[in-house]
Amino acid sequence: MNALDVVLWVVAPYVALTVFVLGHVWRYRYDKFGWTTRSSQMYESRLLRIGSPLFHFGILVVLLGHIGGLVIPKSWTEAAGVSEHAYHVVAVVLGTIAGVATLGGLAILIYRRRTVGPVFTATTRNDKLMYAVLAVAIVLGLAATVMANIVGGGYDYRTTISPWFRSIFYFQPDPALMAGAPLLFRLHALSALLLFAIWPFTRLVHMLTAPVGYLTRPYVVYRSRDEQPTGSRAPRRGWEPSR
Amino acid sequence: MRVMAQLAMVMNLDKCIGCHTCSVTCKQAWTNRAGTEYVWFNNVETRPGQGYPRTYQDQDKWKGGWELNSRGRLKLKAGGRLKKLFSIFANPLMPSIQDYYEPWTYDYDRLFSAPMQADTPVARPRSLITGEPTKISWSANWDDNLAGGPELAPADPVLRKVSDQVKLDFENAFMFYLPRICEHCLNPSCASSCPSGAIYKRSEDGIVLVDQDRCRGWRMCVTGCPYKKVYFNHRTGKAEKCTFCFPRVEVGLPTVCSETCVGRLRYIGIILYDADRVTEAASVADDKELLEAQKSVMLDPHDPAVIDAARAAGIPEDWLEAARNSPIHKLIFEFGVALPLHPEYRTMPMVWYIPPLSPVVDVLSGTGHDGEDAGNLFGAIDALRIPIGYLAELFTAGDPEPVRAVLRRLAAMRSYMRRLNLGQEPDESIAAAVGMTGQGVQDMHRLLAIAAYDERYVIPKAHAEQGAQLEELALGSGCSLDYEGGPGMNGPFGEASGMPAPIAVENFHALKERQRGDDLDDAGELRGRVNLLNWDGKGTPDGLFPKNGKKEES
Ligand code: HEM
Ligand code: SF4
Ligand code: SF4
Repeated sequence: MNALDVVLWVVAPYVALTVFVLGHVWRYRYDKFGWTTRSSQMYESRLLRIGSPLFHFGILVVLLGHIGGLVIPKSWTEAAGVSEHAYHVVAVVLGTIAGVATLGGLAILIYRRRTVGPVFTATTRNDKLMYAVLAVAIVLGLAATVMANIVGGGYDYRTTISPWFRSIFYFQPDPALMAGAPLLFRLHALSALLLFAIWPFTRLVHMLTAPVGYLTRPYVVYRSRDEQPTGSRAPRRGWEPSR
Repeated sequence: MRVMAQLAMVMNLDKCIGCHTCSVTCKQAWTNRAGTEYVWFNNVETRPGQGYPRTYQDQDKWKGGWELNSRGRLKLKAGGRLKKLFSIFANPLMPSIQDYYEPWTYDYDRLFSAPMQADTPVARPRSLITGEPTKISWSANWDDNLAGGPELAPADPVLRKVSDQVKLDFENAFMFYLPRICEHCLNPSCASSCPSGAIYKRSEDGIVLVDQDRCRGWRMCVTGCPYKKVYFNHRTGKAEKCTFCFPRVEVGLPTVCSETCVGRLRYIGIILYDADRVTEAASVADDKELLEAQKSVMLDPHDPAVIDAARAAGIPEDWLEAARNSPIHKLIFEFGVALPLHPEYRTMPMVWYIPPLSPVVDVLSGTGHDGEDAGNLFGAIDALRIPIGYLAELFTAGDPEPVRAVLRRLAAMRSYMRRLNLGQEPDESIAAAVGMTGQGVQDMHRLLAIAAYDERYVIPKAHAEQGAQLEELALGSGCSLDYEGGPGMNGPFGEASGMPAPIAVENFHALKERQRGDDLDDAGELRGRVNLLNWDGKGTPDGLFPKNGKKEES
C-alpha cells in the first residue's frame, strides 16, 4: 500500500461523497429553479420513447444491483441460504442484461442528442461532460463484469470491493482491499467517484427528487398565498420577494 | 360544507371580433421570453377549426382530463398514479412542438446587411427552435377566419362529433371566435397529474399556479390538462401556465386579457363553492348531468347559511360582498346565460361562455328574414341543427336544450330591447316566453351590452396586510433614518410631512388613475411624486422637465 492508494481509495471517496452531499444541499438551496430533467421530448419523441425507458429501467436495476452487491455483506446472503454460486449466476445474468439495456439506451440517447437538430442545440457543455463521465462509468462497469466473469474465471468482488465500500461508511477506510482489485474494477470505481462529484452540478440531480410522493398525496394540492415564499433562498431581512 | 372562493371569468362570445388583442397583450406580459415562443396563455381560435394545439379536443388521442372507471370513480384519463410513474421516462402522450407550431422569426438583418444586388433582399423565416431557415406551415391560428376551410376545418374534433357528413360548404359555413385561457378548474387534472405536486390551487382565490421552484420537468401536467393550457418551457424545462394575472387581481385590477379586450366581453368575479362536494359532482355518471352538477356545487352568496359557513371558513367580508355583486354569479344563475367549456372533461372549468347567437342571426338575415324578430329567432333556434349541435358539443357535452334556452334568452333580449329603442311599447310576452321579466331583460341588457367597467369586474383585493407592511419596510424610502421620530423624518410641519407613502403604492394609484382616465390634458396631474419610474410618457408633468424659459429666469 502506497500513498497513491491512500489518495485514491481514502481521500478521493471522501471528497467525492462530501461534494455529492454538500453539492446537493447547496444546489437545492440556491438553484431550485434549475432543478429539472430539462426534458427534450417536445423536440423529439420517437427515439426518446425507446432510449429513455431502456436506459432508465436499466440503470435503476443496475443501481439496485450495486446496493445488493456492495452494501449487503456476503455473510448475510449466505446466512439466508443463498450459495455463492447461485448469487453469482443471478448477479452476472441480471447485471449483464441490465447493463446492456443501460448502455443501449444511453447509446440511443447520445445518438439522439447528436443528430436531432433541436436537441443538439439544447445540449449544454455541462450535458456533454456529464454524458462523457456517465458513459465511461457505465462502459467500464460493464467491461469489468464481462471480462471478469465471462472471459475470465470470475471475480468475487464481495470479498474485496464490497468491504472496502462499506469501510468508507464506517469511517475505517481500508485502501488495501481496493488496491488489489483488477484494473478494470479500479477504473470503474474511480469513474464512479468522478460521476458522484459532478452529479450535483448536472441535470442528474433530477434523480434525487424522484416523485415517489405522488403515490400517496391527494390529487389536488391547495396552498395559501400567505405560506412562506418558496424562493431559491431565504429573503434577506427586510425584503419581501415579489410574488 | 367547506366554502371556498374562486375567481372566475365569463366571456360573451357574441361580442368577440377575433382581433387577438387579448392574445398579444397577454403574450407581451407573460410569454415573450425564450422557451415560450410558441406559448399563448390566451389564444383565440376560430370555430369550426382545429384549435391550438391542433385537435386538442380529441381526448381519444390526447387523453386529457378525467374519466369514470368501471366502479364509477374518477380517474385520470391518461392513467393512474402508478402508470404515470412507469411512463415518466418518456411520456407517451406528450404533444410535440409541431402540434403547437414551430415558432419562427425573420432574418431581418439581411435587409440591412445584404450587399448591393439586382434583387431586393428578403427577410427569410428562421425557426426559433433550430435556428435554421424554415418553411412556415402552421401557427397558433393558422385556420383563423376559416382559412383553408374545406381542407382544415373537417379535422375539427367537435365538428366530427356533430355529424359524420357535415360538408363544410364554404358559402353557408357558420363561424365564431373562441378565446381561451386556463380554466382554473375546481378539479384540476393538471395539478392531479403533477408527480411532484408543484401545481397547486390557491386556497384564497382558486387560481391554479405552477411553483417554478418545485416543478421538476416531469411534463405530465401537459398531458393531464384536456384544454392543453399547461405549456412546457423548452428552455428552462419547467411547466408554465396562465396565472390569471395574479399580481393584478390581487390589487383589484382585471387580467391583462380582460383589460385590453376590444369587445369588452370578459367578466371577472368571485364564486363561492363547496369544496367538499367537488369530487362527487365531477363523478356523476351521465356527461350531460355535469353542467347541473357543477352549478349545484356553486353556492348562493345571499344565503345566510352560506354566509355563516363562509365566515367560519375565514373568507373576509369584502370578499363576501364581492361574491354577492359577482357578475359571474349573475350570468350563470340570475340570467342563466353562461355555460362551461367542455364540462365532459370533468375538471369543473371556471371560465364560462355565453354562446353566440350570431350564427343564428346570420342565417336569418342571410336568407332575407328579420334577424331581430323574436318569432323568427325562436323558430330558427329550434330549426338550426348544425350550429346548435356544435355549440352543445362545446358547452354542454352535447345536450342541445341548455344551449337552446340560452340562445332563446339572448334572442328575447334582442327583440325586447329593439322595441324599446324604437320607442314602441315593451312587449312583456317576449320576456315571459323565456321565463324572465321585462326588468330582468333590461338588467341583463345592461350587464351584457352596456357592460360598465365596474360591473364587468368585481374583484376584491387580496388580503396581505402583513406582506404590504413588509414591502413598506423594504421600499418605503431610500433612507433608513426615515422612521417615525427618526432624524430623517420631516414631521407633519415640514416638507413631505408624515409617513412617506411607499413607492409601490404611490405608483400603483397614479398609474391606475392614468390608465382609467382618458383625458390627456389632465394627465400631467399625477397624484404624488412624478419620476421616471412612474411617468408613462403622457403629458409633461410638473417637476420632471425644466420649465420652458427657465434658462432666462436663472
Ligand atoms: C427514478 C429516478 C429517475 C426518474 C424518475 C428519471 C426521469 C427522467 C426524465 C423524466 C427525464 C427526461 C426525459 C426527456 O423527456 O427528455 C430524464 C432524463 C435523463 N435521465 Fe433520468 N430519471 C431518473 C433517474 C436517473 C438516473 C439514476 C440517471 C443516471 C445515472 C438518469 C439519467 C438521465 C439522463 C442522462 C437523462 C437525459 C436524457 C436525454 O434527454 O438525453 N436518470 N430522466
Ligand atoms: S384548464 Fe387550467 S386548471 Fe384546468 S386542468 Fe388545464 S391547466 Fe389545469
Ligand atoms: S381582445 Fe376581446 S374581442 Fe379581441 S379577440 Fe380577444 S376576446 Fe375577442
